[in-house]
Amino acid sequence: MSKIPLQFRHNGRDVAIFVDGGTNLLVALRELIGDMTPKFGCGQGGCGTCSVLVDGELHLSCLTLAETVAGRSIETLDGMKQGPNLHPLQRAFADNFAAQCGYCTPGMLMAAKALLDRNPAPSRDEVIEAISGNICRCTGYEPIINAILAAAGGRISA
Amino acid sequence: MARHRGRGIASVNYPIGMNLGGDPSQALVHSNPSGKFTVALSSIDLGQGMKSVTRQICAETLGVPIEDVYVDTADSDTGPHCMGSFASRGTHRVGNAVMTAAREARGVMMEAAAEELEVNAADLETDGRGNIHVKGAPHRSISTKDVAIAAQFKQGKTISGRGIFLVPLSDVDPETGEMSPATCYAHACLVAEVEVEDETGEVAMVRMDSAYELGRALNPRLVEQQLVGGAWMGVSHALYETPEPYYPEPVHGPRDFVEYLMPGPGDICPHDIAVLERPAPDGPFGAKGPGEMCANPVLPAVANAIFNAVGVRIDDLPITPEKVLRAIKAQGGARPQARR
Repeated sequence: MSKIPLQFRHNGRDVAIFVDGGTNLLVALRELIGDMTPKFGCGQGGCGTCSVLVDGELHLSCLTLAETVAGRSIETLDGMKQGPNLHPLQRAFADNFAAQCGYCTPGMLMAAKALLDRNPAPSRDEVIEAISGNICRCTGYEPIINAILAAAGGRISA
Repeated sequence: MARHRGRGIASVNYPIGMNLGGDPSQALVHSNPSGKFTVALSSIDLGQGMKSVTRQICAETLGVPIEDVYVDTADSDTGPHCMGSFASRGTHRVGNAVMTAAREARGVMMEAAAEELEVNAADLETDGRGNIHVKGAPHRSISTKDVAIAAQFKQGKTISGRGIFLVPLSDVDPETGEMSPATCYAHACLVAEVEVEDETGEVAMVRMDSAYELGRALNPRLVEQQLVGGAWMGVSHALYETPEPYYPEPVHGPRDFVEYLMPGPGDICPHDIAVLERPAPDGPFGAKGPGEMCANPVLPAVANAIFNAVGVRIDDLPITPEKVLRAIKAQGGARPQARR
């Protein structure tokens, strides 16, 4: 099968790669571009740890055909920090001890960023809704929710 | 058809580690010429904080800044033997081994410093900021880095230490079979409040209140994190997850994350945690271990809460809506018990 040329923006940088037909975005990012921040969890859209933003919208990269992002803008956790400084969400996750084993963290951060980009002052229920597609097996949802609320400048409440 | 609230309580005494073969773990500590220290372990940090806690224990014992300690874990080729990360044993067993190793390394470091400062090692103390000085005379001082360099290149000494922690063997009384399976116990009590829907059998968590006595909390935030997440793993065992829902029949087993039920962010409820610290005599700086105990009391507390809510006693996990509903039907309807 012939390779398909593909161009898109990756964290603000133009990239051009060749992909096989049927390659998903997760594989394209990890194996062809070398961005290891989106994680492989289940490969079928059940866990959310591969979440990335496509034109600002949250997508499961394992279920996204790479070809469909041609000409679009992809954001991953790798592009979240601002120069040497952590993004406020990253800082809030660290300050609120919102990571244990850390495997869900990239997906949680992208889901949180998608939320805060469109709704800078979410309610607790909106935060829960926003991360409901992400599984944390350490079950640390409480500190994760609190971290997102803290990053939003929201009051941390039970 | 209604929702019924119920409250259940459970307490546990939880042994730290096991007694099989003495349940040993080892640690090696050595300094590098830069004056930084490496702790070699084969113990594994699964995210529970083993690296952070052993780093704290090593730095505190050596008397050096925590930034000067690097913990290398999880490789049985390069690290000394460890029984493993289980049985809530990490902080207690590995921590004790690290402490022993760090004490030995500290002894060599102080000897090397004494030689450089031309004083008796017993007259020296560390300032915890990377310097060693004569007690009462801080100006008679040398940095741990300079000590490491002197030991390495001048004195021909290795600033290193070995540590192992082995539980003393407990003899079995031939008459009674009595023995001591563990040397250290942690304790917990948890109250679970649930809401049971008597039309569907669904159980929702309303709140949890808990108290844990786990020796000294060496890293209070990590302890809290473990207790928060662990309680939800307990809820998950109590209400959701099983690989074989109709055991021993293998039918309807979940095949992936979509079918394997686990609590999501929308299922959690307020959870109040009180941590009581009663230092363990044989723990590193008095620590026991919060590990598995954070999940254990949740299961019986939830089962008791369901009984309190609708009067059905489910003794088979997980307590699925199907089991609750069948039991409610079998007794002819929900029978709320006295409110506790």
